[in-house]
Amino acid sequence: MAARCVGVLALQGAFREHVSAVSRLGVAAREVRQLKDMDGIDAMIIPGGESTTMGKLLNEWHMLEPLRERIMQGMPVYGSCAGLILLCRTIENSDQPRLGVLDATVRRNAFGRQVDSFETELSMPEVGPDPVPAVFIRAPVLISVGPEVRVLAEVKGQAVAVRQNNILGTSFHPELTPDTRLHSYFLNMLGQ
Amino acid sequence: MEQGTIRLKTGLAEMLKGGVIMDVTTPEQAKIAEEAGACAVMALERVPADIRAAGGVARMADPTIVKKIMEVATIPVMAKARIGHFVEARILEAMGVDYIDESEVLTPADDKYHIDKRDFTVPFVCGCRNLGEALRRIAEGAAMIRTKGEPGTGNVVEAVRHCRQVMNEVRVLCGLPEAEVANFAKEIGAPLEVCLLVRKEGRLPVVNFAAGGIATPADAALMMHLGCDGVFVGSGIFKSGDPARRAKAIVQAVTNYKDFAMLAEISRDLGEPMVGIEISTIPSGERMQERGW
Repeated sequence: MAARCVGVLALQGAFREHVSAVSRLGVAAREVRQLKDMDGIDAMIIPGGESTTMGKLLNEWHMLEPLRERIMQGMPVYGSCAGLILLCRTIENSDQPRLGVLDATVRRNAFGRQVDSFETELSMPEVGPDPVPAVFIRAPVLISVGPEVRVLAEVKGQAVAVRQNNILGTSFHPELTPDTRLHSYFLNMLGQ
Repeated sequence: MEQGTIRLKTGLAEMLKGGVIMDVTTPEQAKIAEEAGACAVMALERVPADIRAAGGVARMADPTIVKKIMEVATIPVMAKARIGHFVEARILEAMGVDYIDESEVLTPADDKYHIDKRDFTVPFVCGCRNLGEALRRIAEGAAMIRTKGEPGTGNVVEAVRHCRQVMNEVRVLCGLPEAEVANFAKEIGAPLEVCLLVRKEGRLPVVNFAAGGIATPADAALMMHLGCDGVFVGSGIFKSGDPARRAKAIVQAVTNYKDFAMLAEISRDLGEPMVGIEISTIPSGERMQERGW
């Protein structure tokens, strides 16, 4: 099997941290800024940042449709925070550009403003036996999910980590912690 | 569950990287900024060019203006407090502002002490001209740094100077033998512990944005090439002929700062840029970059 390469969408946000996490696990990562950067990638990470900014730039540079097609064909994709928002089919009170491949409805800024941001630990048996450190920054939650979506973690009864086949999403930021288990979990999705 | 940790404070700045933060004075301007793809807005009563023109004492904005902007924007909203004015900062924190800029653009309230930013839940961004100043602000609790530049002039020369200065000093520090770091810390007037941290990481411990004088997409891309993580644009947008187009162009330029053919496309037909002020014509007492200690 040829060496695998993970694309990290680098239009805006914390893409450097995702590149670093993937590289630490010994897999090549490439920053994706334009359509041509998507040639030859085997998976895509959409980082934290501002979902409105990223959605507009994806739309403006005609990357939204090609990326959606790749995901529909089965390419693994992982979205954290803003990335999760862009994956969702429905964004509450918003018609902002999105990929819409994840059968779920997301509420932006669900916990309040920056002063309400928090750190905690989550039980995620699929990812590992020990709790996963989770950094929530102006985080969204999924207020409803479709039948194909498996909930991997919850906070106060609301889904904050989900998987639907080749699509993984978390409303928190594993890339801001030294713990790479979520990235390992995602990289395992490439082999299946 | 923990709140107000340094990881949460610096974490929000990490999410702003590669983005443009725009000064806005009305909800309408905030919508234009969000539409253009700004990653955050700075709520103000006046943009820096108008603060210069108006003279007098520049203070924290009226909470009504800040609140109105918070109501329409779904992206983070920042607001400015005067240097050392911890009560203005507590008011902004109580209102739920996402980031506070302890800013030399406003008239300083304290000519000796900056705000002790460590025990606030809300994160702060502060300005700097050199590494010593950046590291003093970080030691006081700043979770994000920006160049001071010369706000309200549309002249990028000071932002370039400050950015190059900080980057050069980081390179010097990282090349020093450990035994010489204490003396370096003394010379630049920064705490030893923070100097050692920079040397270990090989970079500033927080996000560093460009600010003060950015007026065109080319200016914004230039600052990214010099090593900034993103840009603040104030008067450069809403003092130009076509704010919506210019705002969008600057957002696109920051993402694709390495693609010069694309920058050429982005820079076309943007209408009149702000007129601007040559720095040497500003009396030294009116230079905002001289404020802060």
